[in-house]
Amino acid sequence: MCEEEEVYCPELQDTTQGKSLGKTCMKCKESSAVLLIRAGDAFCKSCFKEYFVHKFRATLGKNRVIYPGEKVLLAFSGGPSSSAMVQQVQEGMSRDAPKKLRFVPGILFIDEGTTCGMSHEERQQNMSEVQNVLQQTGFPFYIVSLEQVFSLPGSILQRGVPEQRANYKQEVDRFMVQQQAQGETGCSDILENLAKLGVNVSESSRESDKMFQSTCRHPPDTHTQKLIQLFASAKTLTAKHQLLHTLRSHLILHIARTCGYSKVMSGESCTRLSVSLLSNISLGRGAFLPLDTGFCDSRYGDVDIIRPMREYSLKEIAFYNRLFHVSSVFIPALNTKVLENSSIQQLSEVFINRLQADFPSTVSTVYRTSEKLNVSKIDANQGTCAKERCLLCLSPLDTQVGEASAFHATQISHYISQKILMKFNDPANSSGKSCCQEGKCCKGPGYGDFCQPRALQAPSFVDMLCYGCRLTVKDLQSLDALPQYVLHEAEHRSRRIEMRKEIEEFLLDKDEENLH
Amino acid sequence: MPVNCSSCEERRAVLRRPKTGHSLCKDCFFHAFEEEIHHTIVSAKLFNPGEKVGIGASGGKDSTVLAHVLKVLNERYAYGLDLILVSVDEGISGYRDDSLETVKRNQQQYELPLKIVSYQELYGWTMDQIVKQVGLKNNCTFCGVFRRQALDRGAMMLGVNKICTGHNADDIAETVLMNFLRGDIARLRRCTSITTGSEGAIPRCKPLKYAYEKEIVLYAYFKKLDYFSTECIYSPNAYRGHARAFLKDLEAIRPSSIMDIIHSGENLSVKEDVRMPVQGTCTRCGYISSQSLCKACVLLEGLNRGLPKLGIGKHHKLHHKLLSQEPLSEQEERKLKAVDF
Repeated sequence: MCEEEEVYCPELQDTTQGKSLGKTCMKCKESSAVLLIRAGDAFCKSCFKEYFVHKFRATLGKNRVIYPGEKVLLAFSGGPSSSAMVQQVQEGMSRDAPKKLRFVPGILFIDEGTTCGMSHEERQQNMSEVQNVLQQTGFPFYIVSLEQVFSLPGSILQRGVPEQRANYKQEVDRFMVQQQAQGETGCSDILENLAKLGVNVSESSRESDKMFQSTCRHPPDTHTQKLIQLFASAKTLTAKHQLLHTLRSHLILHIARTCGYSKVMSGESCTRLSVSLLSNISLGRGAFLPLDTGFCDSRYGDVDIIRPMREYSLKEIAFYNRLFHVSSVFIPALNTKVLENSSIQQLSEVFINRLQADFPSTVSTVYRTSEKLNVSKIDANQGTCAKERCLLCLSPLDTQVGEASAFHATQISHYISQKILMKFNDPANSSGKSCCQEGKCCKGPGYGDFCQPRALQAPSFVDMLCYGCRLTVKDLQSLDALPQYVLHEAEHRSRRIEMRKEIEEFLLDKDEENLH
Repeated sequence: MPVNCSSCEERRAVLRRPKTGHSLCKDCFFHAFEEEIHHTIVSAKLFNPGEKVGIGASGGKDSTVLAHVLKVLNERYAYGLDLILVSVDEGISGYRDDSLETVKRNQQQYELPLKIVSYQELYGWTMDQIVKQVGLKNNCTFCGVFRRQALDRGAMMLGVNKICTGHNADDIAETVLMNFLRGDIARLRRCTSITTGSEGAIPRCKPLKYAYEKEIVLYAYFKKLDYFSTECIYSPNAYRGHARAFLKDLEAIRPSSIMDIIHSGENLSVKEDVRMPVQGTCTRCGYISSQSLCKACVLLEGLNRGLPKLGIGKHHKLHHKLLSQEPLSEQEERKLKAVDF
């Protein structure tokens, strides 16, 4: 989504006109080549286009997750990858496409200017630039400010119920019959046709469109202030990045839900995914790599995130955009003009790019490694769906691991190095210097009450998070700056947990009841 | 400004823990460091009472601290272990001979028995001789493969039940990163487990798995432990160097990164349909191997035939020829000879 920082390679000019001059295309062996995709693979312009378009269609085709007539929201950041993605969808919808794409697209742009201190005027300018680009697509689009997160409902943090679908083949057949019936009534344009199919949804969404257009492009100042406060409370750039990612995901989910989109396309390239794989490992999110970077992310239940650009390298995308005049919008973001070791995400990016220069197979190797991973064993037994999910990222919690784990070892290190031993019931600890052995740290019975109001709140909130999100929250100065929907949902969950505790002895099947 | 220890709140703090950022006094740090290792040992059930445990001792900081802490904990918590130091002499003059002196001093200080196995006696080659034939480029492959086996053979001679090595948290995190970057899914899966090698081989464990390298140095420094700290005179592993540098940068940004990466590694899970190498045994020496000949035997055969590159890279197709003692064709030989310039 955020690839603003990736500019076209400066040596592009040389490669296209210098070395490969005189070479013929390796595919058609007729036209002269204009670019080298990999060492030795020279392509002419038309073969490259064919190759690029085919890859997009093949990625969608082999995964078969988008049903005909389904509404798909394209997440557009202005960067090269998502611009190329939007262009591919346009291409696939155009009259002369051999096999037209049969879903109903809409585009979403989220303005995150506040997070990197942009002025109101700059943001307006960016948005109108984006609007110009999006208007040309002919698809419905939404331009929303990140401030909108302050009016999200708590239900955004609850997993939706996946829609029951017949198998893909049957759905396609049904769609064809439906389409034929419509075709007889005289509608030939496929776009109009599809719009009619989803007429109920789109009418209500048009209403909400207007609402978004009017309120979200000029967010109330109080919300802007809150957002500034929230980001100021994050002590590290690493946490800011994670926070932005989380809030953005929630907002995308919200727009998708309210406007009736059941799929969201996110334009991460293979290069970007390799970087996030490495940074996610370093951020303790190893258990969720397949969710965070896989083709289809179904953690929200009712809205799936798919990543159709994951087979393209950034270089291919840059070539394509240049050769076929795909315009993208440059918008500065959190990681624009920062030092390479200012955040874990930035460091990972620099590291991967540098390694790629020395070992050209780095990106593809990392990417293939990720293909071999599974959503961790936690999610494997889908039967017990009651598995608790992280309050912020909605991934199945990875903190219920055994005693012999990095998670526990870290907790123990913290407890041992501090005097305050809060409700720590580890047997290993009792063998060592326990709380009372020295007779000093238990300062009478009042000591427990002393740290109660805050201390009791904080752990229960943290307990609802996965390992990775805990690290982010630890870098926040206070939880109070978080949007209300997060705090509300946390309260809601802890009430449910308490209720459950009260009635536990009467429940027959302990696993069955869903906690949310 | 002097700070008080965050644990006892009485004495002056002398250090900031790299792992948690807390300021501690010397005694509380020793206590915390030892207790954490004790917790690792207990929670992962590394040892059983009465077992004979070999400690892989190189004379470096990790193994010196490991030997010291294990001895302390064995007495404090009555593990009932019979501890022995096992050292491998690779035959690198100016490096290993000096570090072995440190191990011998440790042996006296800790009053633990010591067994030294040498490449010379096991394989008939010292590292110095190997480097003479192979050159500086791939010599770490020989040393690494031989050391792994040498330690096992030494342990077998002593009849120990388990071997402990001094791998620390930084080493594990680095290995996770490296295996991930290299796409080595089989190693990625097993590199975070605290005990490895079940059937056939002697189990190995890493009690310092969750101990930061920096804390190990701090511990050794304040305990005034005697250790040897010189890099090997032959070239270090380049690719690991990249991962190491990245990890150091990560740690500087967020000190918990090392543990975070281990957590990630522990929770990765591999798809069921990914093909994994099957573990078997070497037909020549009986050591665990996924091929018909183990890597050490291939490397050794290469050295003895004067074809040092035989074990570098993949030459599985030649294994049957090696097994039946057939000579290689001229073309094959040419490829596997050392390159002279």
